[in-house]
Amino acid sequence: MASTVTSDARPEAAAPASRPCVIDVRDLTRRFGEFTAVDAISFDVREGEVFAFLGPNGAGKSTTINMLCTLARPTAGHVTIAGFDVATRPKAVRRNIGLVFQDQTLDDRLTAQENLRFHAVLYRVPSGEVDARIARVLELVDLSDRRYDLVSEFSGGMARRLEIARALMHVPRVLFLDEPTIGLDPQTRTLMWEDVLRLREEANVTVFLTTHYMDEAEYADRIAIIDRGKIVALDTPQALKAQIGADTVDLGTTDDAAAIAALQRAGYRVEPVSGEARVFVENGENAVAALIETVGVPVLNVHVHRPTLDDVFLHYTGRQIREAHADAIPARVRAWHGRRR
Amino acid sequence: MSSGALPSKIAERPDTVLRDELRTTGMVWLRELIRFERTRTRILSGLIQPILFLIVLGYGMSGLVGSTAGFDFKKFMFPGIMAMSVVTTAIFSGMSIVWDREFGFLREMLVAPTSRASLALGKTAGGASVAAVQGTIMLVLAPLIGVHLTVVLVLEIIGLELLMAIALTAFGVFVASHIERMEGFQVVMQMLLFPMIFLSGALFPLNGLPGWLTVLTRVNPLTYAVAPLRQVVFAAQHMPPAARKRFPATVEVFGHTLSIGTEIGIVVVFAAIFIALAIRGFSRTQ
Repeated sequence: MASTVTSDARPEAAAPASRPCVIDVRDLTRRFGEFTAVDAISFDVREGEVFAFLGPNGAGKSTTINMLCTLARPTAGHVTIAGFDVATRPKAVRRNIGLVFQDQTLDDRLTAQENLRFHAVLYRVPSGEVDARIARVLELVDLSDRRYDLVSEFSGGMARRLEIARALMHVPRVLFLDEPTIGLDPQTRTLMWEDVLRLREEANVTVFLTTHYMDEAEYADRIAIIDRGKIVALDTPQALKAQIGADTVDLGTTDDAAAIAALQRAGYRVEPVSGEARVFVENGENAVAALIETVGVPVLNVHVHRPTLDDVFLHYTGRQIREAHADAIPARVRAWHGRRR
Repeated sequence: MSSGALPSKIAERPDTVLRDELRTTGMVWLRELIRFERTRTRILSGLIQPILFLIVLGYGMSGLVGSTAGFDFKKFMFPGIMAMSVVTTAIFSGMSIVWDREFGFLREMLVAPTSRASLALGKTAGGASVAAVQGTIMLVLAPLIGVHLTVVLVLEIIGLELLMAIALTAFGVFVASHIERMEGFQVVMQMLLFPMIFLSGALFPLNGLPGWLTVLTRVNPLTYAVAPLRQVVFAAQHMPPAARKRFPATVEVFGHTLSIGTEIGIVVVFAAIFIALAIRGFSRTQ
């Protein structure tokens, strides 16, 4: 399968070799008795990337992230994080990574500041820098005004963001997020993603996350689709979608028959779909202007459809992802996300 | 912000390793104190059980036992009840690791790049401090019982409570590191804590017991923690020889009356063993 293919309009996202490699995984394997949970996977993640591991529950995501974080021993293969081998230098690895687990690991009887201070001491942040770091990480996740509040008064989303802030206290090279938005409402997920993308921008941290939400994987620079312990596809979201098919543009016009005829004369592949003209093109958004000019009759509505990651997942694994996402990430983040690029 | 030149900053230098580990222990200790201070209801409920024992057993039995030269059963029980309060709080504090696991915070500690020994020691120190404080609060009842306090006595009591608390908190940490779920905690409390208290001499004199009971009380480490506490309290009271004979504070083993130094030595040895077990247990916890 494609590993670092760059067939898309976003070459900067596809692990440019110019940036240093912070996660290097070679033939990583984990067996439990007869069962192979992770089957000789290899990939690398470059500094500053947001890298998503996408797969259904039980695909091997958690086992992989645990091995990367030194919490589980590989049966075979090698992993280095920030240059340290997870098997021989686990403490050095842990000092260089921030961890956010699926389940909350805050002490809710302590204030936000006390939780962060506890972490700072355990991760050897120099005493003189602790206060400045606390202010900084709280600012990054927009919780500065809750610094002295007890965590028991926090909402689920605030607690999760505080956990991300805490994971950044010791200036890690890589931030590991295991299903970071599980159990959060859509609005909170939006805020969390704003945080994560801002972190990458401002703190220059590499983000490795696991998810089974398609819309979430969409934010990653690259996605590895994992199924039954193997990486079945690895590329940018755009490239993955481009691999499985073209975009479609549905045109509703005052005279659909004439429109279809005109488009076919111009060499487009067209199908009539519920009275409208469905055109198959390479890049739907860019093709719209030319299509409207070609049809020669007034256009009433235009609908562009790109293949989704659901389509991609189905294509590579032969089935739908379980627990499919119910709620799409709200438009606000999409807009915000789009602006960044 | 940093971009990548971190490893140099966090290099492991031997002279800073010890200081960092001590900071870790201090931080875990501080957390226990903060949590104790924030749970006033726990402090109160920790007082209720000993007070009940003191009132129900103390007053009830005093009528039956009577008094010798103005010294009654309530005064005899008082140091034992104090010890009971310390022991209960200490084991509870040590075993709060089970709660830490349930609510996830244990994981935050276990994945940190720090030694497990520092964590176990911090937990033990924190729980022991809390237990000693809880036991010392009991002293407000002393005037009510008619127990006379001096500054020296209070300091002796605090010292002995701390020693006992360290041993028992470490014991709690050790047990908790082998318990995966909350139900196990209840079982341990029922099967270990109450028998240990009842067989420690906290609630009745240990001399003149049937043979099997004598053996059980003598193998109970708690016996050697309760006795010194009672001895220092009694030493500060006005007690005629008849009262001392009626309400003995000492422990006899094979016909020998142990000195307070021997008893303290035995507790120190137990504390050291339990601390070693706590560190080992905690180091193996997943």
